[in-house]
Amino acid sequence: MDVIDTLAGIAAGSHLDSIRRTRRPTAREHAQKSYESLFAPADFGGFSAAERHAVAVFIAGLHGQDAIKAFYAGKAGNTAPIDAEIAAATTRGPYGAFPKGPLSSEDTAGPIHRVADKNRAALGPRLAAAFEHVHMLVFHPRDADARSLQSLLDAGWTTTEVVTLSQLVAFLSFQIRVVAGLKVLAAKS
Amino acid sequence: MTDKTIPQSGHVVPAVFTRDMLDWLPWLEPVAADQMSERQLASLVDAARMKSDYFRLLARDPDVLEARTRTDKDIFYNPDAGLPRAERELAAAATSRLNGCIYCASVHARFAATYSKRPSDVDKLLAEGTGADLDKRWNAIVAGSVALTETPVSFGPQHIDALRAVGLDDDAIVDVINAASFFNWANRLMLSLGEPTPAKA
Repeated sequence: MDVIDTLAGIAAGSHLDSIRRTRRPTAREHAQKSYESLFAPADFGGFSAAERHAVAVFIAGLHGQDAIKAFYAGKAGNTAPIDAEIAAATTRGPYGAFPKGPLSSEDTAGPIHRVADKNRAALGPRLAAAFEHVHMLVFHPRDADARSLQSLLDAGWTTTEVVTLSQLVAFLSFQIRVVAGLKVLAAKS
Repeated sequence: MTDKTIPQSGHVVPAVFTRDMLDWLPWLEPVAADQMSERQLASLVDAARMKSDYFRLLARDPDVLEARTRTDKDIFYNPDAGLPRAERELAAAATSRLNGCIYCASVHARFAATYSKRPSDVDKLLAEGTGADLDKRWNAIVAGSVALTETPVSFGPQHIDALRAVGLDDDAIVDVINAASFFNWANRLMLSLGEPTPAKA
């Protein structure tokens, strides 16, 4: 069983296990390698295991996925400030603005999340900046701009670490949806 | 030394969804083509991707880039069973339309139109959004992709029923789940690491 099997409850030898292994074996293998490259890389660089898992807990929490959140929580350090931020930050997406023009009629307003002062102290400046960026990526990714990246760089993230952070948020957005979708399909098989 | 983003100004910003070719301008410094390590070169999988700022930026974390790319290629290009290529691309285009990734939507709307030979239906999706009435089968695939893209995910048994009712077997439904989920990965990278502009003629 890989992580997606574990999180979706796909048993060895089941119908969906067979589809994943026989029809899309490379996608199955490399979804797992993506997970391993993000959460158990040979070299963590300046983006620590605890930071990576803390961001994952925040993302899973924002999606309301308690089991996935619990999976990442073990290596995330103190999750109390993360839980407080999840409670304050959870909303519904995707919203956001389009470039000015015909699509402006589809602009949808929504919150821009700012980490609370007391949680900012507990999380530290790097994770606090990351959580504000991550909230945007989870709920209103079309509002992204270079300033949001500069906020990360100003908080001590390097360019390469920002790439890895972006991949981590984007990958979790994939993993959470595959797991949610396969669970629904498994229940109907 | 704090790293800096790359200011992009003076370019045309596409303000509508389109099947036209777009370029993509990075907000962070890609690895220079002549500075790529062997590992970074291998992580591109396709050597032609050296020309792409997007892939040379992602090559800063080569292990993740390579795993991402091989996941992507199997979900969309593996011809064995499942959903026809055109409809995997439809799921990608619908996901990109809902999230608002004009660049991703342009690429995958082109693929969807080419493989389905239904450019007017693809254009309707781009113009009207994911509520566009296409046909029963495409509506079910778009609705499933939308439900998988929303946060929190709203995909439920009714979506499986709708997909089965228009002829999808479980191999094909897994492809819908994989394709829409994968574009929730791709859209977030494309939207947040740079921005589109019309391709040079």
